[in-house]
Amino acid sequence: MAKIDLVVRRAKWQGRDVDVFVSKGRIVELADSKAELDTGDARVEEAFGLQLMPSMTDAHTHLREPGFEYKEDIESGLRAAAWGGFGNIMCMANTRPVNDTDSVTDFMLDKARKAWPNGPRLYPIGALTKGLKGEELAPMAELARAGCVAFSNDGVPVKSTELFRRAVEYSSDWGKPVIDHCEDPYLGVAAGINEGEVSSRLGLPAQPDVAEALQVARDILLAEYLDIPIHLAHISCIKSLDLIRAAKERGVKVTAETAPHYLILTENFLEREENEYDTNAKVNPPLRTEADRLAMIQAVNDGTIDILATDHAPHANYEKETEFDVAPCGITGLDTALSVTWELVQDGALAEEAFFRAWVTRPCEIFDLPMNRFQPGDPADFFLFDPDEEWTVSAETLHSKGRNTPLLGSVRKGRVKTHFLRGKKIV
Amino acid sequence: MKWRHKDLLDVSQLSQSEVMAIFETAARFQEINERPVKKVPTLRGRSVVLFFAEPSTRTKTSFDVAGKRLSADTFSLAKSSSSLQKGETLKDTALTLQAMAPDAIVIRHWCSGAARFMADRLDCAVINAGDGRHAHPTQALLDGFTLHQEWGDVAGRTVLILGDIAHSRVARSNVHLFNKLGAKVRLCGPRTLLPPAVKSWPATVYSDLDEAVKGVDVVMCLRLQLERQHDGLLPDLREYARTYGLSARHLEMAAPDVRIMHPGPLNRGVEISSDVADCAQSLILDQVASGVATRMAVLFLHMTRKGEE
Ligand SMILES: [Zn+2]
Repeated sequence: MAKIDLVVRRAKWQGRDVDVFVSKGRIVELADSKAELDTGDARVEEAFGLQLMPSMTDAHTHLREPGFEYKEDIESGLRAAAWGGFGNIMCMANTRPVNDTDSVTDFMLDKARKAWPNGPRLYPIGALTKGLKGEELAPMAELARAGCVAFSNDGVPVKSTELFRRAVEYSSDWGKPVIDHCEDPYLGVAAGINEGEVSSRLGLPAQPDVAEALQVARDILLAEYLDIPIHLAHISCIKSLDLIRAAKERGVKVTAETAPHYLILTENFLEREENEYDTNAKVNPPLRTEADRLAMIQAVNDGTIDILATDHAPHANYEKETEFDVAPCGITGLDTALSVTWELVQDGALAEEAFFRAWVTRPCEIFDLPMNRFQPGDPADFFLFDPDEEWTVSAETLHSKGRNTPLLGSVRKGRVKTHFLRGKKIV
Repeated sequence: MKWRHKDLLDVSQLSQSEVMAIFETAARFQEINERPVKKVPTLRGRSVVLFFAEPSTRTKTSFDVAGKRLSADTFSLAKSSSSLQKGETLKDTALTLQAMAPDAIVIRHWCSGAARFMADRLDCAVINAGDGRHAHPTQALLDGFTLHQEWGDVAGRTVLILGDIAHSRVARSNVHLFNKLGAKVRLCGPRTLLPPAVKSWPATVYSDLDEAVKGVDVVMCLRLQLERQHDGLLPDLREYARTYGLSARHLEMAAPDVRIMHPGPLNRGVEISSDVADCAQSLILDQVASGVATRMAVLFLHMTRKGEE
């Protein structure tokens, strides 16, 4: 047996007290805790009953570097990730310049390595079209060779279905999935509020849920016709779920994600007197209705939604402290994702298995990333989490540069205490 | 009465008795407007900033006259003369205004929620003179006041609001106001110009003007933004005028003594025919006169609030 160099003692894992044995960055064994244990000269981490969790993967993050470092940079984004329980981070290509050449990919990877030599690991997502303009295919082979793990035009839907089809075909040659930003560009406006009672009352231009569902329908039909998987980003409404569920039943290779804010917030947030026109709740796709929210939770439970992803979209305070029409869309999410979704598990709304599938196993399967299930040989990527520790979401407690969250001021439960990647402590 | 509101952002924040208090105050000021010397010293030494980020000669002049008749000093900060075009944020504009320490700011802005944004950041009274598609409380109050002057009470009456409801802050505020006053509200316009969730509004919705106008006591026409055709919301103005333009024919179908209102400025021959605009039942010019009195009342109540504590 390999020489054990790290032992985590008395952690909680699926209702048991366990010890975790690590050698050379890999899991050797996860065993029921023993009162007496000879740990030799291994480093011992006493967990004191903290919750043990495999590191999570965020398949949809905006890290803003290069180009918008004042919102977030790779160093600060990875810090938020490390403290948020994330071991793998996939970052979107809508930087400036756009990540549509290998030199931008190289730059990102280099920045990440220098800032965080031991992780969280950064996996860039390459642009699907040059400059995200939706006019010409991006050099996806070059980007794949440089280390991009997927392609997406996230932020701007590809208007031409013909070009989108070609992009899906071309990327499949390199075994990299396409992640589609599901929004029909011709219906409504990306106004950050759901079209309905609240938008009507507030007098804000809005976007109906069918704008999302139309694009979902297009992608499903294409994925089926081409027999190539397509991953559907930030799904937010029942209409999309119905389409995805039916597609999966007939074997279409689509996968889908949603973000934690769609599981806990609705458009009614903006109905509250104190939150009218609160730009921190301006997000694309917009927060939907209570019926949509409940259906989203159900869809994560039953696997219609494969994975959770933060769609972490940090913005500077001054950009959000403005008129609703003018403010950019987006919610900062890396810091709060674990707390809010584990709260749902604690409340019994979200099944624990669904939580692990959505944050840990499925994203790694879909995007072919290192995964830890505490099986011998798995990468020793895990963290210890105090599910009962209360904290207030505020400028002081968020590690991201972005403070743009409607959860600001709210009290959450659960804090990461320490995080290991490949057996090395990162926080 | 002791006025409890720092700001006037929308009529939804006002109780029915507060609306009546505004009407009573406006009635007193209306009397001043009929004197040879139309000025009282009530707000002498107080300053009102007119911050109009979106041009509006009518509303701005109305507030300006209202302020001056109460002897307040009024200052204009128009979009062209402010830094907005140079990219100054609304927050910086708010801070700049705050530093000038005015007693009230009247704001007109093209974004819904802009008045609320200012009110949250300024110590002085913020009067919403129209924010995006959201609210135009003084317009609704002057409309209500005009009818109150006509009838004494509008409870039980039926008001038809006609035209582009979706993009109209006037419609939004008036739906609130007339419900508050006990009137029944009807809305009529093509589906493309109705708010998506109009069914949730306290109003009956019509697409056929002939149906909508039957037996109503007031028709309130809204100004049509002529570019709606290019937004793909209308085929063309001819079609609109023939289908949703208020004409003499409609007056026959309404209540015998139907009143006609319009917030102005008019597109004659589009949303309203010229003869209807000028007919005996038209209250369009009364609205303008009521506008000054109502705005005097609003400025007075909000600016003397602290002094009466
Ligand atoms: Zn997106």
